[in-house]
Amino acid sequence: MLKILKYSFFDLMRSRWSYVYLLFYLLLGIVLLFLNNDLSKAIITLMNVIIVLIPLIGTVFGIMYHYNSTEFTQLLLAQPLKRSTIFLGQYLGVALSLSLSLVIGLGIPFAFYGLFYSDAIWDFSLLLVTGAFLTLIFVALAFNIALSNENKIKGFGYAILMWLFLAVIYDGLFLMSLVFFEDYPLDKASLIGSMLNPIDLSRILILLKLDISALLGYTGAVFKSFFGTNLGLFLSLGCLVLWVILPVWRLIYVSKRKDF
Amino acid sequence: MQSIGIFKLDPVIKTILHTIIFLSVWSGLWAKTITVCPDCTHKTLKQGIAAAQAGDTVLVRKGTYKEHDIVIDKPLTLVGENYPVIDGELKGEIITITSDHVTVDGLFIINVGTSYTTDYAAVRVKRSNHFVIKNLVLEKLFFGIYLEKARDGLVYHNKIIGDAVEEYNSGNGIQLWYSHNVRIEKNIVQHVRDGIYLEFSDDCSITENVSTENVRYGLHFMFSNRDIYENNTFEKNGAGVAVMFSKEIKMYNNHFRENWGSASYGMLLKEINDAEIKGNTFAENTIGINIEGSNRVVYHNNDFLNNGWAIKVRGACYTNSFTENNFMHNSFDISYNSKVNDNVFDRNYWSNYTGYDLNKDGVGDVPYRPVKLFSYVVNRTPETIILLRSLFIDILDFSEKVSPVFTPDNLVDENPMTKRILW
Repeated sequence: MLKILKYSFFDLMRSRWSYVYLLFYLLLGIVLLFLNNDLSKAIITLMNVIIVLIPLIGTVFGIMYHYNSTEFTQLLLAQPLKRSTIFLGQYLGVALSLSLSLVIGLGIPFAFYGLFYSDAIWDFSLLLVTGAFLTLIFVALAFNIALSNENKIKGFGYAILMWLFLAVIYDGLFLMSLVFFEDYPLDKASLIGSMLNPIDLSRILILLKLDISALLGYTGAVFKSFFGTNLGLFLSLGCLVLWVILPVWRLIYVSKRKDF
Repeated sequence: MQSIGIFKLDPVIKTILHTIIFLSVWSGLWAKTITVCPDCTHKTLKQGIAAAQAGDTVLVRKGTYKEHDIVIDKPLTLVGENYPVIDGELKGEIITITSDHVTVDGLFIINVGTSYTTDYAAVRVKRSNHFVIKNLVLEKLFFGIYLEKARDGLVYHNKIIGDAVEEYNSGNGIQLWYSHNVRIEKNIVQHVRDGIYLEFSDDCSITENVSTENVRYGLHFMFSNRDIYENNTFEKNGAGVAVMFSKEIKMYNNHFRENWGSASYGMLLKEINDAEIKGNTFAENTIGINIEGSNRVVYHNNDFLNNGWAIKVRGACYTNSFTENNFMHNSFDISYNSKVNDNVFDRNYWSNYTGYDLNKDGVGDVPYRPVKLFSYVVNRTPETIILLRSLFIDILDFSEKVSPVFTPDNLVDENPMTKRILW
């Protein structure tokens, strides 16, 4: 598996798109710091950008890579290799190279700006961890879609639709249902609702850092124990891990049974 | 009723009396110093006070004095040397001042009795004037310093540290009741019910106090007019600072920080008219200022930083003006619960402002709408707060900004500043 991982990883590292992605983050980091002149405010803006953009790029990259390397995958399948090894290797190759672009691209400008001497370093690490998780999740989801759809156009369409649904439509439906059922106690429902969407989950992790004073304004014991203690942080991180494991498990499951 | 008769002295006699007292204190001609210590002739404060004449100084040497119900009924200066401990043994009130011109200085008073029927205090000033209470340390208290119909006094540099947990069985740090023209300066109050509480007390000034971690309010005004408070710090109080049913209060350069909770405010204004709020900093509160039924209040040069809601306007607030304030990184800048707006917002700096300034005069060319649609949604269904900063919400807010339907369409800052305002 390590060999395939290494191959995928270096294949992507050599490709133009990885550099474009890296450059994009480098530029974003520099511009934000240049415009804001304030580390913590730049991190806030970055958080807003990241929870929308990383899923999109992860999805598009994942699905593109899978379709492009179909022939190579089929060649590998002819070798005496375990299927799980092949797909897991490819998946990790893509996800890790994307995460690396993110970490390096954002890390360099912030490190030069004096991140290590400021107290924003925890917020920034949370940002990178959230970003890495979102990459892992959405590449896995994209691989799942690609694996289930031979038709490239269809697969691509589904992938974009999934991103649109999780990034925008889900929150709209969520908001409507909360307003519709406002006569009922909703604090548990609203927490569970946001656990079901990885983008919302990452947003909550960020809210815990940025808007804790507003979140504590709501009178609810469940909210209070969730946001007021470390429970929220650990539960959100735990759910993010679950969100990685489940798609990867399905990836392996489907790839084992699929007739190529 | 008889006591009132005594206080209504003939003005001439009163002046003469005042002069005598003043002279006796000032000249030191008759004034002598009586020393109280565990091995002196006067072993207790009560003995010392009994032996003293008007205008004398009672010097209390270091030691522990287990006393309560000490009444100071003549003009005295009671001074502690190296903080002698007055232990009330939880039996009731400790020092009661019933005379004018009394100074209490440098004592360490502990163990005030708790009662559900009487407000026992560490130091109570009763119907007196020209008192000075300074450099006291109060611990394990019920009420700290209680001024009852007292006037023209000074409460200076005291440290009051309580251990209050519940509202119903705890007292206030410094309480003023029908006490006018009192100065409260440089005190530190922690862990009591209300740090400083003013009821029916006019023309007082409260400066440079630090009131933190109190069960209810850091500072609490009720029916008190023309007071001024400045350069105070109020931090991590149960519900922040409450100013209620008062007129012409001036609030300058105070810090309100980290008051978190569902009913927690940096400052709560209720039925306040003609107040001035200038140069204050509201940082990291759930609600910076909560305004209810307040009219003609001027908000100028305040900083609102990282609050959940910078300003929450509940209703019946007319002709208030908000000028040249900084609103930075608040989850919500302004929240309104009606479509009617009679308040003025002008020349503020809003960190959420996204307009441009083509002629570079420091004033944005596009007006800013501080009320977001989402704040309406949250008012209606509080659980939706969990969708804060979601892309969908941003889209919603943007569409409302373009064509306001739910928010008051005249609630705009026509001249939003493009840089943080410094003063």
